[in-house]
Amino acid sequence: MQTIDLEAKGLRALNEQLHAQTADTNQTAWEIVNARGSHAIAVGLDAPIEVTVKGSTGYYCGGMNKQATINVHGSAGPGVGENMMSGTIVVDGDASQYAGATGHGGLLVIKGNASSRCGISMKGIDIVVHGNIGHMSAFMAQSGNLVVLGDAGDALGDSCYEARLFVRGKVKSLGADCEEKEMRPEHIEILKDLLERAGADAKPEEFTRYGSARNLYNFDVDNASAY
Amino acid sequence: MCGIVGLFLKDKSLEPKLGEMLTDMLVTMTDRGPDSAGIAIYGNGSDEGAKITVQSDNADKDFASIGDELGHAIGANVKAERNDTHAVLSMPADKIAHAREILSEIRPDVRVMSAGSSLEIYKEVGLPKDVAARFHVEKMSGTHGIGHTRMATESAVTTMGAHPFNTGSDQCLVHNGSLSNHNSLRRKLRRNGILIQTENDTEVGAAYLTWKMQNGATLGEALESSLDDLDGFFTFVVGTKDGFGVVRDPIACKPAVMAETDQYVAFGSEYRALVNLPGIETARVWEPEPATVYFWSHSDDPTKIEKAA
Repeated sequence: MQTIDLEAKGLRALNEQLHAQTADTNQTAWEIVNARGSHAIAVGLDAPIEVTVKGSTGYYCGGMNKQATINVHGSAGPGVGENMMSGTIVVDGDASQYAGATGHGGLLVIKGNASSRCGISMKGIDIVVHGNIGHMSAFMAQSGNLVVLGDAGDALGDSCYEARLFVRGKVKSLGADCEEKEMRPEHIEILKDLLERAGADAKPEEFTRYGSARNLYNFDVDNASAY
Repeated sequence: MCGIVGLFLKDKSLEPKLGEMLTDMLVTMTDRGPDSAGIAIYGNGSDEGAKITVQSDNADKDFASIGDELGHAIGANVKAERNDTHAVLSMPADKIAHAREILSEIRPDVRVMSAGSSLEIYKEVGLPKDVAARFHVEKMSGTHGIGHTRMATESAVTTMGAHPFNTGSDQCLVHNGSLSNHNSLRRKLRRNGILIQTENDTEVGAAYLTWKMQNGATLGEALESSLDDLDGFFTFVVGTKDGFGVVRDPIACKPAVMAETDQYVAFGSEYRALVNLPGIETARVWEPEPATVYFWSHSDDPTKIEKAA
């Protein structure tokens, strides 16, 4: 286990050291202390290492992540896991706005609540939120799965494409062109796997699936007011 | 981008350290606003009853005999205490309006930063640490305070463009965001007789609240109607005589985080601003909801006015 004091080492030196790890590194476990809400902790990692951040993080923790597993023992600021490609990020506390935005792959788990715009423009990432999510979540979501054990705020899935949205609690309102969908056996399977991987104690059957009504895919002047 | 910090103390034993804690929070937000900074501090009430905080770019000349001259003109005892480019003028509460009129005649270049019984506002252009140091903010005590670090987007970097803005007696406003309908609203407010001195968007927001309250609205009602009448992005923190309030626009893209313990309620644009507060590790930390007005007050229980977005 490598322990790094972020305050002593500085952000750039920390990220450089993490970036220097290759696929066959034998330094696979890292701990970052004194996070103190700093921005851009452990961004751009590309190695199968496990990084544990003690404390809460600021903007963009774990952004662009590939392969690595990042655990945040605290809450995460805006843009946690933004544009992540693969790997896993687990936030023990809450996440601020646009968690997992534009993510292409991997798994992002928020054990508390996520704020507004969770999974905005997601492109293949899987996001599991144990608590609630804020307004405009999964806006223009293209693919991947967003699983919410609690409630969703206003305008869920506005203008979404083929992402699957699973919500166990209430949805305050659905966004344009987002509708409730049938839960088929394959969705139960997907959900079961995600809940298990996210350590979530919930039954797939308790969720409702939402997705695109596919009316806004191609421009039709009759739909102009819906955009 | 701008930075906001706020601290409302529940534990009286922390009051002597208010300035020190706020300064630390303010300086942490330098990245969000390095061009100017300001602080509104609610300290002990003035012995005379009320006070006006004034600013001058030519303080040596303007403040030399300001207390005596003003006191003579309004027929009351005026105590003047200079603090760098600012001075606090204490006087009986019923003389405030008259004193402001006289000031504009005898010291036309002196700007009024705030008026009230316990509020003092200090703001200047420069790095937050330099601004805090020149006014010795770390030595100030008080019950609650608000600070702002500015990165100007809508208007010039000047003292008058810095926050906080005084909105009414003992009330002030700081803002992170940008208002897009400030020009039309400024014209409308000026037609209604409201004094607006700069091209700054936040000053219009502050003037809007003043105007609403002059027409009978409570601060809570004024903030709620701001959600309808102000177009743009905003996280507002407002200071009142006995507390502070927070409201974010319905889109809520400007960051805000709050922390509460038995000792205090704190606001920061980012969690970073809160990390040195006592007991932050075990504090309740959360993000204020969009389009929701929150208040903490020494005289009442916390209130939350929700409004449909």
